[in-house]
Amino acid sequence: MSARERILARIRAANAGAPEAPEPSRDYLTAHAPAGDPAALVDLLHENLADYRARVHRTGPAGLPGLVARLLAERGARSVAVPPGLPAHWLAETGAERHPDDRPAGPLDARELDAVDAVVTGCALAVAETGTLVLDGGAGQGRRALTLVPDLHLCVVRVPEQLVASVPLALPRLAPGRPLTWISGPSATSDIELDRVEGVHGPRTLEVVLLGA
Amino acid sequence: MSGTFLGMPAFPEAAGAAVADPVLRANLRHATHTIRAKRERAVAELADWEELRQAGKEIKDRTLRRLDVYLLRLEEAVVAAGGTVHWAEDAEEANRIVTGLVEATGEREVVKVKSMATQETGLNEALAAAGIAAYETDLAELIVQLGDDRPSHILVPAIHRNRGEVRDIFRERMGDFGRPAPEGLTDEPAELAEAARLHLREKFLRARVGISGANFMVAETGTLVVVESEGNGRMCLTLPETLISVVGVEKVVPTWRDLEVFLQTLPRSSTAERMNPYTSMWTGTADGDGPRAFHLVLLDNGRTAALADATGRQALRCIRCSACLNVCPVYERAGGHAYGSVYPGPIGAILTPQLRGTVSELDASLPYASSLCGACYEVCPVAIDIPEVLVALRERVVAEGGSPHRSGHRLERAAMAAATWVFDHPAALAAGERLASATRRLHPSRPLGAGAWTEGRSLPELPERSFRDWWRRRTRDGEEGS
Repeated sequence: MSARERILARIRAANAGAPEAPEPSRDYLTAHAPAGDPAALVDLLHENLADYRARVHRTGPAGLPGLVARLLAERGARSVAVPPGLPAHWLAETGAERHPDDRPAGPLDARELDAVDAVVTGCALAVAETGTLVLDGGAGQGRRALTLVPDLHLCVVRVPEQLVASVPLALPRLAPGRPLTWISGPSATSDIELDRVEGVHGPRTLEVVLLGA
Repeated sequence: MSGTFLGMPAFPEAAGAAVADPVLRANLRHATHTIRAKRERAVAELADWEELRQAGKEIKDRTLRRLDVYLLRLEEAVVAAGGTVHWAEDAEEANRIVTGLVEATGEREVVKVKSMATQETGLNEALAAAGIAAYETDLAELIVQLGDDRPSHILVPAIHRNRGEVRDIFRERMGDFGRPAPEGLTDEPAELAEAARLHLREKFLRARVGISGANFMVAETGTLVVVESEGNGRMCLTLPETLISVVGVEKVVPTWRDLEVFLQTLPRSSTAERMNPYTSMWTGTADGDGPRAFHLVLLDNGRTAALADATGRQALRCIRCSACLNVCPVYERAGGHAYGSVYPGPIGAILTPQLRGTVSELDASLPYASSLCGACYEVCPVAIDIPEVLVALRERVVAEGGSPHRSGHRLERAAMAAATWVFDHPAALAAGERLASATRRLHPSRPLGAGAWTEGRSLPELPERSFRDWWRRRTRDGEEGS
């Protein structure tokens, strides 16, 4: 018998006399935020992102290229990694040097990424109640390393269409087969005296642009 | 479990030494009280906390009842997504599998995400014996590793260290493992975090093999989930070419939807956040994104033995949030090392003896490392009735030939002595009242093994609800009272 078979046999033996366990009750709420008020949901996302030290900005389509350029400049970002499928006009006004991940020479390696100051991406969706951005590697987001190694991540969320209220509303909209990264603020640690400090291995600065109509 | 902590004194001796250490006591008190208050606030934000807790409990119970079915489903899904699944009966087998996988890559070093399972198996030591350097990348794990120390908390293994001690460890030891600490490093947590960032970055960038655990494994999709804060997890899960995840069999959940419960309860219970900074989810391998090879090692190591115990099996619901440590009056005074296990605190007191058995004096003493106040049960996000399991394990110790009159009372006295200070202080009073009520059914009615608990004292009748608890619920729910 293999280890696998022995473990499974022990599980079956252990459960042989155990009472049947019922279907889980799901009496919890689908969302905590009141439904039917998209503007309030955007405010809630804004508030929760800011609470965990993301820097949040709002603009419309016309203001986006200028805002992106300004935020990169304010942080001294002279180079920016660009995921495949990022709308070209988002970077139309920045003078930062572009490093497309789909360049002919192949994707940026870890050390090249480490030398890039910033990355600009979109996202798959955002969760208002928890102040969370979810990236799924789709167009304008790129592979996971892109939003991990550079020290500044600028993420654009189209509101309200990419916004959901809660975690239970987020999961059905995500594809489990894709690599998913849930981001709630810049990297942080509570490991010294259980006191929260922002800025460890992931991007130390998270700029979020809520892009309205 | 491995012998990592064997040779440790039994709980009473170790606890006695810890209680006599004023720096350790102050460090623990400061840290646990900080997180306790924050957790209360984070939980109070959710009006449906009790329903989430109930659902979490029921999902885990159902999973455990059909664990074989869900593990096979998981295996099928992981393999279909390009991963390889291994099964390990015990620590030694898990370590042998992982060592072999690393050796097959030709690499001599690995980066690790904090993982209770690999601490439990003593993987780092096994890799070192094979000439492979394992670098811990979680900040607290790094502090433990650099300090040649042992973990003392599930979430924050270096909770027993204050900022000044961390600075000294970084100054003295970082240079031995790679990039030294920056000149003039102070004890500011932000500076210490920056020192860790600089020290570990070169290791992340060159890493070819990453080793992780997982918080959840979804049977229906084959998805693994790692919940973290610092980004070291993302580094280890994303940058290497080979990823090896060692995960206890009880970490499986049946469906994708089940994550909606635990992704709400785990962050609030552990770091007291609405959501932790980073959660990574991956399914097998993905083209052009992350590791090209993924190995999942499913670990038993005593879990099926715990599953066979009608009362004790509920310990396998544990999602390793560590809320029970942070509220425990015994943990607060005795510290994590006294438990002699990678799983300290109340959950460790019921998990360790089940995983390792109650043969050694240390493990036989763990069920007594509690005052049975019930605070752990109240905060547990999957409603593990830790006092109930403790009492059952005490019965087992006694039945296995322990002497209740001598060892039982001696062990219990050590726990009570550690807890007394807390009970003597007003801040603990509210909690104590509420919690005694929450576990009252255990106190008067349960026939206890050889009188291990009841012989020494008579317990007062406890009201069904304490006044404070009634008042709190009344204010929250707007109920008329009961």
